[in-house]
Amino acid sequence: MDVILEGFTKAAQLLASLDREVLGIALLSLKVSGLATLFSLLIGLSIGTLVALTSFPGKKILVSVVNTGMGLPPVVVGLFVSIMLWRNGPLGYLELLYTPTAIVIAQTVIATPIVMGVTIGAMQNLPANLRLQILALGATRVQLVWMLIKEARLPLMAGVMAGFGGVISEVGASIMVGGNVRGYTRVLTTATVMETGRGNFDMAIALSVILLLFCFAVNYILTYIQQRERPR
Amino acid sequence: MTRIFRMLPLFVALFLLSAVATVSTGWAAEHKNLILATTTSTQDSGLLDVLIPIFEKQTGYFVKTISVGSGQAMKMGEKGEADVLLVHSPDAEKKFMADGFGVNRKLVMHNDFILLGPANDPAKIRGAKTAADAIKSIAKANALWLSRGDNSGTHAKEKGLFKAAAINPEGQKWFQQTGLGMGETLNVAAEKKGYLLADRGTYLALNKKAHLGLEIMVQGEPKLLNVYHVIEVNPAKWPKVNNAGAKAFADFMVSKKTQEIISTFGKKEFGSPLFFPDAGKKPESLGL
Repeated sequence: MDVILEGFTKAAQLLASLDREVLGIALLSLKVSGLATLFSLLIGLSIGTLVALTSFPGKKILVSVVNTGMGLPPVVVGLFVSIMLWRNGPLGYLELLYTPTAIVIAQTVIATPIVMGVTIGAMQNLPANLRLQILALGATRVQLVWMLIKEARLPLMAGVMAGFGGVISEVGASIMVGGNVRGYTRVLTTATVMETGRGNFDMAIALSVILLLFCFAVNYILTYIQQRERPR
Repeated sequence: MTRIFRMLPLFVALFLLSAVATVSTGWAAEHKNLILATTTSTQDSGLLDVLIPIFEKQTGYFVKTISVGSGQAMKMGEKGEADVLLVHSPDAEKKFMADGFGVNRKLVMHNDFILLGPANDPAKIRGAKTAADAIKSIAKANALWLSRGDNSGTHAKEKGLFKAAAINPEGQKWFQQTGLGMGETLNVAAEKKGYLLADRGTYLALNKKAHLGLEIMVQGEPKLLNVYHVIEVNPAKWPKVNNAGAKAFADFMVSKKTQEIISTFGKKEFGSPLFFPDAGKKPESLGL
């Protein structure tokens, strides 16, 4: 029990003293996972909306693939992204392995199916007549899609939260493609693993507390947006 | 709601900007990057945290330390995915060199392996003359042994000891593989009260912080020496490796100043140094 208390004390100390290394690690986590969530939102929302609003042969298979991807194991993603990014691999000339960009790429791959799957589900759950009604009011196609996205924003926000929560707390892929390089690609989760290996349990707990605080803060903001009154 | 949507493009722009910044700084630094594949022990003991900043300041290289087991580090070298290796698995290193994957293998330092066990010593091995004898008793007593099982230098040494004791532990109930690094495996052994082979540095560093409840059972045998070499990955085999940087790092590791730092590292905190500098020595002088 003592070690947990020590961990919390240490977390408070680190936060209060604005420890530069810890602050850097925390900000990198936020930046990397935020970017990955944003990219997955751009890709997942657009393709997901397209899939949901059109019908084409093979749609069921595609949706099943996306739904499977929602549970994509991060280590598998990490393995494949590292193989792609190896110096002597297909994308090696970009020299991206062991950079923060590599972590963003891996995390985007992890989060995109989550956002896409939730988008497809949310869009298809809208009342069928809604589209006809909006079109009857004279909306253009762009306006139609925009209205539908706004209408489905509650589940969509849940998708964003799930995606962000999935990637910021993810460790396997981050350590494989990022390498946990001090001051460069070390994020909260990989630092926690390393400190545990070093026996610095108080530090590991402190980092975990900071990670939890971050998750809570981001989810609070997203929930706030999600739960606001609809404009009439 | 609409206000937030109107602000979205701003967030998007900010995020994209910082993405571009991240990517471009990664690219700008590309030629000064040096990938060091090393063992968990050099990282977990904190030695590299002391040495790397000095090296970076001296030479301007940016070192990406990837800490894995010695086995994986050499695999990275074989594939040209690392520039320089700092490893402790002499037999595998010799093969690595013989196969032409590395150049300029240099002796850097040593510490030693110790055989640890729970204080109550269920297999009664305390004070055994050799590690092989101790392992025989452990096998006889069916006492729990924890192996890293990750092709690390420690794992390679452990395999050698089991071979010397003529015991094949594979598939035995008392033999468990954690598949984890040294620090984590020590934690597992402490929790499960098992025997294990560990390097002294990691044990001392960890025991001070975590009070493992594991005690040294066997130590001091020449066979238990843990010798570290630095190896440059062969640029003839892999033109993409940063050989200039690798050379600079190898030279740095065996330089007089670095060797001095190694000789005092950990002394204050643990009462004895964690590593002993060996640059320029012949391996035979260590009793190898």
